[in-house]
Amino acid sequence: MKQYIARRIGYSLLSLFLLSLMIFLLVRLTGDPASLFVEPGAGPEDIATIRRRFGLDRPLWAQYWHFIASFAQGDLGQSFYYRMPVLDLYFQRLPNSLLLAAVAMTFSLLIGIPCGIIAAVRVGRMWDSAGKIFALLGLSLPSFWVGLVLILVFTVWLGWLPSSGSGTALHVLMPAFALGWYFAAAHMRLTRSSMLEVLGSEYVKLARLKGLPEAMVIGKHAFKNALIPVITLAGINLVVMINVAVVVEVVFAWPGIGRLLYEGITFRDFPVVQGVVVIGGAMIVLVNLLVDIVYALIDPRIRLAS
Amino acid sequence: MAMTVITHPIAAPAPLAFWRLKGFPLIPALILLFIAFVAIFADVLAPHDPQVGSLARRFRPPAWQEGGSMAHLLGTDHVGRDVLSRLMYGARVSMIVGLAAVLVAGSLGTLLGILSGYLGGWVDQVIMRLTDSWLALPALTFAIYLAAIVGPSELNIIIILGSVYWTRYARVIRGEVLSLKEREFVNLAVVAGCSKRVIMWRHILPNVINSAIVLATLMLGIVIVTEAALSFLGVGVPPPKPAWGLMLSDGKKGLMVGYWWLTVLPGLCIMLMVLSANLLGDWLRVKLDPQLRQL
Repeated sequence: MKQYIARRIGYSLLSLFLLSLMIFLLVRLTGDPASLFVEPGAGPEDIATIRRRFGLDRPLWAQYWHFIASFAQGDLGQSFYYRMPVLDLYFQRLPNSLLLAAVAMTFSLLIGIPCGIIAAVRVGRMWDSAGKIFALLGLSLPSFWVGLVLILVFTVWLGWLPSSGSGTALHVLMPAFALGWYFAAAHMRLTRSSMLEVLGSEYVKLARLKGLPEAMVIGKHAFKNALIPVITLAGINLVVMINVAVVVEVVFAWPGIGRLLYEGITFRDFPVVQGVVVIGGAMIVLVNLLVDIVYALIDPRIRLAS
Repeated sequence: MAMTVITHPIAAPAPLAFWRLKGFPLIPALILLFIAFVAIFADVLAPHDPQVGSLARRFRPPAWQEGGSMAHLLGTDHVGRDVLSRLMYGARVSMIVGLAAVLVAGSLGTLLGILSGYLGGWVDQVIMRLTDSWLALPALTFAIYLAAIVGPSELNIIIILGSVYWTRYARVIRGEVLSLKEREFVNLAVVAGCSKRVIMWRHILPNVINSAIVLATLMLGIVIVTEAALSFLGVGVPPPKPAWGLMLSDGKKGLMVGYWWLTVLPGLCIMLMVLSANLLGDWLRVKLDPQLRQL
């Protein structure tokens, strides 16, 4: 067990190392990073100053070492536009992203789980197909378009909800729904397949043989156990949501991390862009590691197999 | 797309009888063919130049609404460009970018997947760890990051989408190769003295092509949505080229005053194309490759 966990941690560290190397090299392979830091058309002496100031005139390995060392100390550089540390900016925006992700996740589970259960209980019938189509729709509609249409309907035509910004509970509804629908599809599919698996198991058969009413079998015995993988996926997706909400946040002018990334791109604020991407990657590596370890703790087959 | 996919019917009794197979998603296939048709013949079909408009005719509603005219069936945008023509040329952009990106991602991923699965050892370790760290980056964020570095152009978008999405291929194909290489025919090829390269190229590749095709159809939708998102954010296809994502971005200018056609129509096009690709891919997945049913 210890060995397994040690190996998983080793893999994660390796992933983080490759990730950092990738991000470090990509910027340098695709051109002189100094040119990203200045306005287009800046003179050569300006570029030279920038190169010196950011240490870009030093050898590559020294630059990489500096990049890693400062990252390990939590220093992701200074934002050009806001003139403050990237990390501070990030933590300023994080609560908004968390709020958006939490509400979106609530929507997504409220839609996904009941649909999945109905589809599993009525497998192969009309409700099953209806659930499938709904899920596929969620996967096929770009979330930002859902957002735009929501604005059109609920702000422009009905005048019920504010179109953008944050502050009140009403502000979060539309962006959260636009973001949540996409994930509802995945949660619905997993609930369905997990329910189907549990419904075919011995203990559900036993519960039925005992003469329990069907609602009790599904609600108490099957549902609870089928929920475990769904909750795991929801946990991972919560982290994913924080990192992929860019377009939805832009549509609704929601002041989260995604919008920070977008602003970073528009203002050519390169440290911000790089910082958001690096933290996002590190977050996902960490969550994957946690899931691996928790699963190994629960299921001995996993830790013994590898 | 539909045609290339269907030239490899595994379960089909006769080459052209694919549409008679149970549950063949005829409507999605027709929709995709229609979009492909419009994309190819956009020059002939489009009533106006998609990139030139006149400010005198801006924000005209579709023909059936009050103030609309037959000259602009689906209305005009904020600089007076014909929406219908832009949608038609937009189909071309989506088709080209989508297919090319899937091709790039598919070739790269399949190649690495085969190398990783067949050669094993340190090659496998390196490729799989690379895949892990690649997957750690949220795809959209990663694409935005790359696009911000290299700057917007159609070719760049294709390369970016290809280099973001190859990992899914690599994972799945590697898994297939791992089981294929234990099979009798591969062992016989080894005994017969085939080199590793010949085995991978002649014996392994043809056997994983089905999975690659299924993945490609499923990937097409994801790639098109990502392209639209990138264009929407201004790091995708550069304006004034007509791309559906760009049209949505422009459509925001008329959103708050209720010019619905600028927002609803391009989105509907994206939805139709992606939904069709997904339905077709879903069907192919079950049909061609039982191993992928859990995907």
